[in-house]
Amino acid sequence: MDFKNAKELLKLCEEQHMQISEVMRQRECDMGETTCDIIDHKMRRVLEIMRNSATQPIKTPVRSMGGLIGGEAKKLDVHRARGESICGGVLGRAIMYSMAVLEVNATMGLIVAAPTAGSSGVVPGLLLALQEEYHISDERILDALMTAGAIGYLAMNNATVAGAVGGCQAEVGVASAMAAAAAVELMGGRPSQCLDAASTVLMNMLGLVCDPVAGLVEYPCQNRNAAGVANALTAAELALSEVPQLIPLDEMIDTMYTVGKKLPSELRETAQGGCATTPSACALCAQCF
Amino acid sequence: MAFISVFDVLGPNMIGPSSSHTAGTAVIAYLAHKMIAGPIKQVEFILYGSFSKTYKGHGTDRALLGGIMGFGTDDTRIRDSFSIAKERGLEYHFTINETETDIYPNTVDIMMTNEAGQTMTVRGESLGGGKVRIVRINGVEVDFTGEYSAIIVVHQDKPGVVAHITKCLSDRNANIAFMRLFRESRGHTAYTIVESDDHLPENIVESLKENSNVHDVMVIQS
Repeated sequence: MDFKNAKELLKLCEEQHMQISEVMRQRECDMGETTCDIIDHKMRRVLEIMRNSATQPIKTPVRSMGGLIGGEAKKLDVHRARGESICGGVLGRAIMYSMAVLEVNATMGLIVAAPTAGSSGVVPGLLLALQEEYHISDERILDALMTAGAIGYLAMNNATVAGAVGGCQAEVGVASAMAAAAAVELMGGRPSQCLDAASTVLMNMLGLVCDPVAGLVEYPCQNRNAAGVANALTAAELALSEVPQLIPLDEMIDTMYTVGKKLPSELRETAQGGCATTPSACALCAQCF
Repeated sequence: MAFISVFDVLGPNMIGPSSSHTAGTAVIAYLAHKMIAGPIKQVEFILYGSFSKTYKGHGTDRALLGGIMGFGTDDTRIRDSFSIAKERGLEYHFTINETETDIYPNTVDIMMTNEAGQTMTVRGESLGGGKVRIVRINGVEVDFTGEYSAIIVVHQDKPGVVAHITKCLSDRNANIAFMRLFRESRGHTAYTIVESDDHLPENIVESLKENSNVHDVMVIQS
């Protein structure tokens, strides 16, 4: 079982009466010449690392290598604990977890690139928040990770997930599309709704540039992971409400790629434009490594 | 295009902060340490392009040193690799090269000396997402990724050596995925790199060395 684009994926889901997660798992068994047991074991390890990295800095905040971030997840937790969160349960938690993962990443902790290190907070952020708020089992979260993986694979196969090639829309944008599709399947949506949610995210994050201050995976990366979670949740809500997405995912992936390649190199991970060259960022650079 | 696994999307499991500057460099150094026999006594890293500018903030130096000591991308000891290297008596240096700019942006040269006094220089490129390429061994241009199990045979560029290599492999029923020969110049030192889908039989080294034109053999299991 294999698919090259979203159209083929949807066809497989409909013909076989399978969820995206089931098709992706079967593809992994067939194409990777391995067993479902081995795959499930590896995915459990992925989830374990994701959960550790999403929770650890809430208890023990650490300053990042470059010194630009550290302690954000803890601040969000304190704010929530006071009952002052204006985001509500799912989004409040998801933002906190997503920023926590980037904090771990920036302090040389263990994370899972999803699909990249700079965008590693979005998928665990949203899925772990949904798990807690709705009391969802690990088994179903493991399925949702497969769905997220399917969307990321489509972007890797047909476009790019490298900020140096396609800007932040290819990193946090794709991560958020992955999270949105996974959230839709998790909350009972059909495969077509999952793909619509992913497409909506890419549409709404189209053109986002990659402009890391001092060239480090810290700022604005961590902030953008939190924003990506909000985008993913919004798109999932639209899809689950049957709000139509007029542009199919394959076309949005193509467009994201085309726009990415048109971005000037200053705005593709070189730290020569955008936030990175604001006077304040330049002043901060002098204090970093 | 090669098969893209779900674990290429949700992965690698890695020590942050950067898949290219941290995970990728750990992989390059890990592959390099597999290419020299026995414990490494001294190592120098030459950092080019983007590495030369942002290596400290990305922990590239710790990742390289960790890889040289055999740590994988997800090994939390990478953070403490300076102190671990000191404990092990491994001497290390980092050199910045900002003058050579006509080079892939994320490139590192690794110059190793082992306890027997043998030296070896390996050049690697970090391609993003933890993917890497080894592009030079002791000044000879090569090309392999470490994603497959690999045998690197260092030999004299003489007729019959390649036939000997393929015979050794077929005798052990090892399937060749890719095989390429790289050489300095005609008749001089050549590197034949064989990549295989399967785990390579360890005892193949002895039989490969039976040919008098074979100088050295390195095995890197994927």
